[in-house]
Amino acid sequence: MIEIQNVTKVYETREGSHTALKGVSMTINDGDIFGIIGESGAGKSTLVRCINMLEAPTSGAILIDGEDITKHSNKQLNEDRAGIGMIFQNFSLFQQRTVLKNVTYPLEIHGTDKATAEARAMELLKVVGLEGKEQRYPSELSGGQQQRVAIARALANRPKIMLCDEATSALDSRTTIQILDLLQQINRDLGVTMVVITHALAVAEQICNRIVVLDDGLIVEEGETADVFANPQADITRELLGHKRISSTLTEAPAVGPQGSMPLGGRDFPGEQHRMRAMGGI
Amino acid sequence: MDLAEFFAEYGPLLAQGTVDTLVMSILSCLFAYVIGLPVGIAFALTTPNGLHPMRTVNTVLGWIINIGRSIPFVILLVAIIPFTRLVVGTSLGVPGAIVPLTVSTAPFVARIVEQSLAEVDAGLIEAAQSFGSSTWQIVTKVMLRESLPSLIRGVAITFVNLFGYSAMAGTVGAGGLGDIAIRYGYQRWNATVMMAAVVLCVVLVQIFQSLGDFMARKLDHRK
Repeated sequence: MIEIQNVTKVYETREGSHTALKGVSMTINDGDIFGIIGESGAGKSTLVRCINMLEAPTSGAILIDGEDITKHSNKQLNEDRAGIGMIFQNFSLFQQRTVLKNVTYPLEIHGTDKATAEARAMELLKVVGLEGKEQRYPSELSGGQQQRVAIARALANRPKIMLCDEATSALDSRTTIQILDLLQQINRDLGVTMVVITHALAVAEQICNRIVVLDDGLIVEEGETADVFANPQADITRELLGHKRISSTLTEAPAVGPQGSMPLGGRDFPGEQHRMRAMGGI
Repeated sequence: MDLAEFFAEYGPLLAQGTVDTLVMSILSCLFAYVIGLPVGIAFALTTPNGLHPMRTVNTVLGWIINIGRSIPFVILLVAIIPFTRLVVGTSLGVPGAIVPLTVSTAPFVARIVEQSLAEVDAGLIEAAQSFGSSTWQIVTKVMLRESLPSLIRGVAITFVNLFGYSAMAGTVGAGGLGDIAIRYGYQRWNATVMMAAVVLCVVLVQIFQSLGDFMARKLDHRK
């Protein structure tokens, strides 16, 4: 369980101070696919980086399974981070390492021996559907394939939590669906808690069971995904939903249903047709 | 004088010059990296956007690097003679040249190393941090590895610079191709020997630069 308690983040710059988070509290349960939604500049990236302390909160606490990691030393934090995988918008793969060596990296730095690390990496590459690509370099892969490598890398140390920072924003809609499908599968099969940051509502609608909407450093809406989508309370949520409806009706893209369908992990999501259309319209 | 006669007379001289130049350049390059690489890494880490921002350390390093780079080599060569004697016991010959060559090249190395490291995508460093890498791991496994092609190009540039500087080392009797070109060509009006020394310099520089480019290309897996 991740408990974020009254977290603030203030950046001091030469021009003055900028408050990115103004007292954010939320609880993310084990097994959640938890969405943090908002426009750019709302504080989403800062918030997710507080969970693995890439950004240290100015005040407040981050409890992971009851332990406040904001009080941890750098050494302890590096150990904590082994249990928190992260994927990024631009994949952030090491360009001079092969696919295999990218996936073994997190194992390597935490002292796993080479043979074990490589065996684990091969296993993970199978999970993400990239068998046979071990010796390729990231530049030889498509965007979707690169994000799969990044997902395998994030899973290397068997984390309980995975942070996804706009993980599908650089991908086309078809690839987006495939990657979201993969994330759901990992959540379901490996029980990894996911924290998904996105500005794309359709992404949140497809995979998140719970969401919060962040606006200007504050949570303005929070709840079960279906409830929030059915009955948005905050203006900003309605606005975001409005954008989505407009974009989906305008494009009316044909549903690019992924072959092999999309298991929803037992969650009850309304409006599959609508979701598919929205995905195509992003 | 035909070619055979020329080589019989000047061959050993040019061969010795080539060896002297290579020894001076290679050893100075090596020692300059021994000093310049860690300093360059420290400089890159302490910049305001670096992994460990330290304003004072960074400013002081910046000054040292810039002062070091702005002293003309011939001046430095003479100015640090007492230091050279302290280190290698003499200020003359090839050993006497290697010390000033190293001292004058190390700041340049620090600067180009820092620039190579600065090219590494900040996103990769953040990713490495997110997996729990220590600073040492980020430096060795991410920054140095990702910038390897650029670092190798830097070595080639440094080496070629040293080739040029080593000509001036003739002033302290260190020999080398540049020294031969000056003594025979400029002081004795022996244009043939000068030309031969210059051609050798050009060929060697070409070889090392091409080697550097080749290795950098070979090791670069970006598109």
